[in-house]
Amino acid sequence: MTTATATATAAPAAPTTDAPAAASVQLRLDGTWLTVCAADRLTPGRGVAVLLPDGRRQVALFLDRGRRLYAIDNRDPFSGAAVLARGLIGSADGRPFVASPLLKQRFDLASGRCLDDDDAGVAVYEVRVSP
Amino acid sequence: MDPTHKKTLVLVGHGMVGQRFLEALAERGLTATHRVVVFAEEPRPAYDRVQLTSYFSGRTPDELSVTDAGFMAAHGIELHLGDPVERVDRDARTVTSRAGHTLAYDILVLATGSAPFVPPVPGKDATGCFVYRTIEDVLAIEAYATANATTGAVVGGGLLGLEAAGALQGLGLGTHVVEFAPRLMPAQVDEGGGAALLRTLAGRGLVVHTGTGTQEILTDDAGAVRGMRLSDGTELDVGLVVFSAGVRARDRLARDCGLAVGERGGVVVDERCRTGDPAVYAIGECAQATDGRVYGLVAPGYEMAQAAAAAIAAGDASDTSDTLFTGADMSTKLKLLGVDVASFGDAHGAAEGCLDVAYADSRSGTYKKLVVSAEGTLLGGVLVGDTEAYGTLRALTGSVPPVPAEQLVLPAGAGAAPALGPDALPGDAVVCNCHNVTKDAVQACATLPEVKKCTKAGTGCGSCVKLIGQLLPQSGDTGLCGCFAQTRQELYEIVRTLRIASFQELLDRHGREGARGGEGCETCKPAVASVVASLAPAIGADGYVLEGEQAALQDTNDHFLANLQKNGSYSVVPRIPGGEITPDKLIVIGEVAREFGLYTKITGGQRIDLFGARVEQLPRIWARLVDAGFESGHAYGKALRTVKSCVGQTWCRYGVQDSVRMAIDLELRYRGLRAPHKLKSAVSGCARECAEARSKDFGVIATASGWNLYVGGNGGATPRHADLLAQDLDDAGLVRLIDRFLMFYIRTADRLERTSAWLERIDGGLDHVRDVVVDDSLGLCAELEALMADHVTHYRDEWAETLADPERLARFVSFVNAPEAPDPLVAFVPERDQIKPDLPLLTLRPPAAAPLALDHDLDLEGAVSR
Ligand code: SRM
Ligand SMILES: Cc1cc2nc3c(=O)[nH]c(=O)nc-3n(C[C@H](O)[C@H](O)[C@H](O)COP(=O)(O)OP(=O)(O)OC[C@H]3O[C@@H](n4cnc5c(N)ncnc54)[C@H](O)[C@@H]3O)c2cc1C
Ligand code: SF4
Ligand code: FES
Repeated sequence: MTTATATATAAPAAPTTDAPAAASVQLRLDGTWLTVCAADRLTPGRGVAVLLPDGRRQVALFLDRGRRLYAIDNRDPFSGAAVLARGLIGSADGRPFVASPLLKQRFDLASGRCLDDDDAGVAVYEVRVSP
Repeated sequence: MDPTHKKTLVLVGHGMVGQRFLEALAERGLTATHRVVVFAEEPRPAYDRVQLTSYFSGRTPDELSVTDAGFMAAHGIELHLGDPVERVDRDARTVTSRAGHTLAYDILVLATGSAPFVPPVPGKDATGCFVYRTIEDVLAIEAYATANATTGAVVGGGLLGLEAAGALQGLGLGTHVVEFAPRLMPAQVDEGGGAALLRTLAGRGLVVHTGTGTQEILTDDAGAVRGMRLSDGTELDVGLVVFSAGVRARDRLARDCGLAVGERGGVVVDERCRTGDPAVYAIGECAQATDGRVYGLVAPGYEMAQAAAAAIAAGDASDTSDTLFTGADMSTKLKLLGVDVASFGDAHGAAEGCLDVAYADSRSGTYKKLVVSAEGTLLGGVLVGDTEAYGTLRALTGSVPPVPAEQLVLPAGAGAAPALGPDALPGDAVVCNCHNVTKDAVQACATLPEVKKCTKAGTGCGSCVKLIGQLLPQSGDTGLCGCFAQTRQELYEIVRTLRIASFQELLDRHGREGARGGEGCETCKPAVASVVASLAPAIGADGYVLEGEQAALQDTNDHFLANLQKNGSYSVVPRIPGGEITPDKLIVIGEVAREFGLYTKITGGQRIDLFGARVEQLPRIWARLVDAGFESGHAYGKALRTVKSCVGQTWCRYGVQDSVRMAIDLELRYRGLRAPHKLKSAVSGCARECAEARSKDFGVIATASGWNLYVGGNGGATPRHADLLAQDLDDAGLVRLIDRFLMFYIRTADRLERTSAWLERIDGGLDHVRDVVVDDSLGLCAELEALMADHVTHYRDEWAETLADPERLARFVSFVNAPEAPDPLVAFVPERDQIKPDLPLLTLRPPAAAPLALDHDLDLEGAVSR
């Protein structure tokens, strides 16, 4: 089994203005880009979950209305359930966040930091639309 | 730093105060400069003893824990569980534990708490005799009671005794309480209060014996409890006895090593919690404070923890630390067996020349007494049955209240007492006793979460939370959220009159300056989605909640047309109008549940909930249900939930109208109606009210000549009986009035405001609503009716509509890149022949705040997935 150790940077991923329909979304894992889905599968303002090749870890992928992509770990650290992809996204002071659908804690999409509890956070992944 | 160069601090006892002391050490940076070693007698780390009894209402031992594993690790604290200290050698400065560890200390802190006192009556050690102090005690009582007893007795009618009695009642045992003093809770309440308490508790099935002692525990041949004899000769037939006759400080270690202890027990300490030996401190229930008292409450213990930590931080200059403990207030507020009891300050009127002001109402079991000085200063008081004013009164103690004392105890309405608001409190009034937080400190924060984060107020016993809420700024900003300055009602009017169906357009044109062009937030998105859905036909929007942009606005429940559960699975609730269902449909529900392995439960809303569905199973489950003639029950929406019914005239000998038919008609008329909050209803066939219609947003009760309509009822956390809106209506008149009422509510209520809260809030209350919807004072009725007619004609079942659209269906997968794969974290274990979420799986937490640690392994083995 491969254990994916992504070299994640806290960068809010490549902004992509108007991705062509055929383009696909890619996540950076272990220094390589993993293609996860067609870009048009994403609804602006919502997330989807991605299962990583190890068959266990999950990433929550979001598209905002400016068509920027974000990827964070899907597991809500407060409940342990893998549900962050199903939260609502919003912005506060211009920074995008997702609110957990379970107990509503908010996570900054760019850094993974929890906005409601300094001691919590989730991993972030680099994500892009395939060149 | 090399650990050998660190000073060693040994803490004996890991109870609530011990844990707080460790936190105080950490806050002062002392865990970095000291090696901290904790010896704990109990097998588990510190937990919330104060909430012990909540075990019987479902809190698990893990949920009671107050110790965060991360905290201990982060501060390098060594914790030895189940290994009590047995000896202290002050000359050698060592402690020796039961397991044989001998450890040298530089500083020793005793936090050994207290032990229940068991009076020396014959038979006290029989099988079936217990004390009530630890989680282990509680587990043992539960196990024994379940197997061996149907009745039990508690020896001691004080605070803890009554808690224990509540626990026995919770276990379904017939319960006796034996109290030596002439009244219950002698330490907290006076005679009048004790009498009020006695009456109310007796009304709840507790058998109370006051003014009599326990003479002997009677046992059977096997040495197990079979009864007890009281000093007045009475014999009680009980199978279990809990002793709760007071506590004694656990000061044996101190005694054995020659430290001074008080006459009635308790390690003697100074106001910095130091014993006679400068290297040894004692805190919490094992210590006797400088006022000569041993405090059996947690708040004074917390203050001692702070005083000791401050003195230790000051080191050799510990005489200069100015966090001192000189004594504390014994205020308490409790809910004992459902009765509110509070006492504060000088509750017994011990001060010279003080006066009592009392109010007693034996019908309602209310008793209130205030103690005031001759000059009018509030000194203390006792409240039984109604503790509403506790927070304010406690904080006013020590000052002259701004209104005469008698007005403070009279119930609202009797004597025109203006309720004394929290505004009257001085800034230095202590609002949270557990954490000693003043009104000023609370008001330095803007929101309750902020108060809790910055001051800890409200995180102890929780009794101050209500008062804190009243002290926080209502901010004057009535805007919906950070994105909109308008209220929900104003947004409703904007959407209705300008026919704006797009959230982005609404935000970009009418949002707050900084929010325009942004994403919105988790508050305004669902609120606007709900407004658009309520008005859809009227503004030309699509009524389907997953249409276009609307899909992105819905809360997860609406987005998946099902209810999210704690492990990421969903529940499915088909509509069962009026609670009436055919055998064939029941069988289909059973078959679906069996096929998909779902947990089934009858809900409180007269229908059946199917739990444990994974996202990708939802469409297949709906397909089966829709085929059999079911539709969505909107259990997930802020929408009409159920219209409950009683069986009514058709079968019931008392029924005067066909309540089932009316309930079905109403449920089908209003199904799918989205509102500021959920809507519930019920129809009863006669005044006996078996359908509980008066606890509903709109409730209908049959009369000989028609229907009475009640509105604004609520169950839940703040129950409210519905008010009569109109009487003896015929079928058409009833429906027309409900149409108007609901549409008026949808138009004017705030976000997440049930009809009950709305009715209490709006100017003019019920009378105003009646003017508008019955007498048409605003000329709105025709429009309200037309809006409802639109809703009724445009209703479509959301499940069927989703099933018909392959593009929508594509969203119902756990993973976008693996549509067939189930979420490996959604797993179940068996319970009572069904499934339940596998919680151990959920509590395997990823390390906190480790954004880049991507390679932690989850152990999925041992989890039964289906
Ligand atoms: C399933 C059910 C409990 C059960 O097993 O019986 C239930 C379950 C939930 N209730 Fe309830 N309530 C259920 C009947 C009730 C009732 C009884 C009734 O309707 O007659 C009440 C009191 C009546 C009332 O609402 O006035 C009730 C008062 C609440 C409240 C408090 C509302 C209030 O105004 O105080 C909440 C919290 C809220 O809505 O903010 C709540 C919230 C919830 C939520 C949605 C909590 C949540 O967010 O997860 C639960 C999720 C349902 C799910 O996952 O399927 N539930 N809940 C009942 C579903 C009835 C149905 O068929 O739809
Ligand atoms: C059912 C119940 C309800 C209560 N309700 C309230 C309430 O509503 N409000 C309120 O203010 N207070 C309440 N209390 C009292 C409150 O729980 C105590 O005041 C508080 O727990 C005292 O904390 P402590 O740390 O001093 O002692 P404890 O919590 O008793 O902790 C002492 C710990 O030290 C351990 N210990 C003892 N000797 C040794 C040794 N030699 N070596 C190692 N470990 C040792 C003990 O096993 C224990 O775990 C309640 C208590 C009970 C039992
Ligand atoms: S409310 Fe009336 S009609 Fe309905 S079941 Fe009860 S007694 Fe019978
Ligand atoms: S008074 Fe107990 S938490 Fe505030």
